[in-house]
Amino acid sequence: MAPVRDRRTGFSRRRQYGVFMGYVLAVAGAVVGAVLLVASAFDPPPFAGLRMAAAAVTTPVSSGLATGVRAVAGVPGAVGDFFVVYGRNRAMAEQLRAQGALLTRARALSYENRRLRALLALRDRSAQPVVTARLVSSTAASGRRFALLDAGGFSGVRPGMPVRGPVGLIGRVVETGPNAARVLLLVDPESIVPVRRTRDGAPAIAAGRGDGSLDIRSVYTTDLRFRAGDLFVTSGTGGLYPPDVPVARVLGDGSDTVRARPFAVPDTLDFALVERPYMPIPTEARR
Amino acid sequence: MKAGARRSFADAGPPPHARAVPWVSVMLASTLTVVPVIATVPLMPPPGLMLLLAWRLLARFALRPWAAAPLGFWDDLLSGQPLGSAVLLWSLCFIAIELVESGAAARSFAQEWLIAGAALAFCLLAGRLIALPHVPVAWPLMGAQIAVAVLAFPLAARLVAWIDRKRGPLA
Repeated sequence: MAPVRDRRTGFSRRRQYGVFMGYVLAVAGAVVGAVLLVASAFDPPPFAGLRMAAAAVTTPVSSGLATGVRAVAGVPGAVGDFFVVYGRNRAMAEQLRAQGALLTRARALSYENRRLRALLALRDRSAQPVVTARLVSSTAASGRRFALLDAGGFSGVRPGMPVRGPVGLIGRVVETGPNAARVLLLVDPESIVPVRRTRDGAPAIAAGRGDGSLDIRSVYTTDLRFRAGDLFVTSGTGGLYPPDVPVARVLGDGSDTVRARPFAVPDTLDFALVERPYMPIPTEARR
Repeated sequence: MKAGARRSFADAGPPPHARAVPWVSVMLASTLTVVPVIATVPLMPPPGLMLLLAWRLLARFALRPWAAAPLGFWDDLLSGQPLGSAVLLWSLCFIAIELVESGAAARSFAQEWLIAGAALAFCLLAGRLIALPHVPVAWPLMGAQIAVAVLAFPLAARLVAWIDRKRGPLA
């Protein structure tokens, strides 16, 4: 192709200055970016305000789109259900009969447990739900793993609240706007959750890896063996997440640090339950 | 050309709506993060940056040299990156492209693809390092995302060429 010669400004001083100013402004833009970046290392509240203002506009759009997607995605399931509903009904009735005895036993155990806890005078805290909402969009191109929740300050959502789905922990709220909240997902590399093994209560830490899986790190000083299939639930340490919420399943054998797959794969089809922090945050209690 | 004839010679330029089109298209591309998909893995190419590079390389007077900073700010608000990362990285891309072009003798699409690929790889990698400085980079994933972005650039270029043709006569 022809050589590039259309940058010439000729003898017009005005054009020469105009082009020069363009370059000066371009460099100034880069400098402003660097300054903003340094400032955002300290995460000042106005930045969060700006982000959440943008989210306040985009979240209703995402909500609307998600509703459409759900409506369309529900069609094959509904058609399939129509044909298999009798067979499934029979299978479920059998399962119910088979598990009746187990249920009775579990009820008895639960009653006994309650009685023993009452004897010990344990102060039980129950999880207090704030709002049930949906995750509507996420940061798909960035290395950070945030999702937007379509409920915000108006519904009582505050930064620091844990978010769980039907099958396990999703993450926690980091920023809120009037009608949207930004949720730090479990798989974000800066997310850390204290967990314990269901089998023996061995404490560990679940940290995001940024590639859709988690690292389970032992917090014992002695070496702790992990086996594939080990289940981890939140331990409640730190007081943010309620205890006994399923977090992850270990993928392979190992010690000290192993990879695990989170239970809750957040998507827009499922509900997300926002709860109050398990223990009240001290500064919040004073207010 | 009717619009051009009425205006004086000095401020002859594209009509205002045609000048707004590149800005609006890049901002809309940045807003693509609103699609209702919860990605547990970052594989999506950065749509705003791809359109910006396509505009810059295919129709270089469509955007001012300083346009990268405000457009990057908009992208930062939506992308989840720390505020200022796209402002800085996109501006650096514009400056680098300016330097490359001032030294280039001829242009071809392959050359533009190469430049855009380098810019995309730089922005994705640097953006990842800025967002998570203390976390080791997941290289297979990073490589996949860069590959997707580089391979998708011709699509962005096609889109930009189409918009550029549709946005009306330029004076």
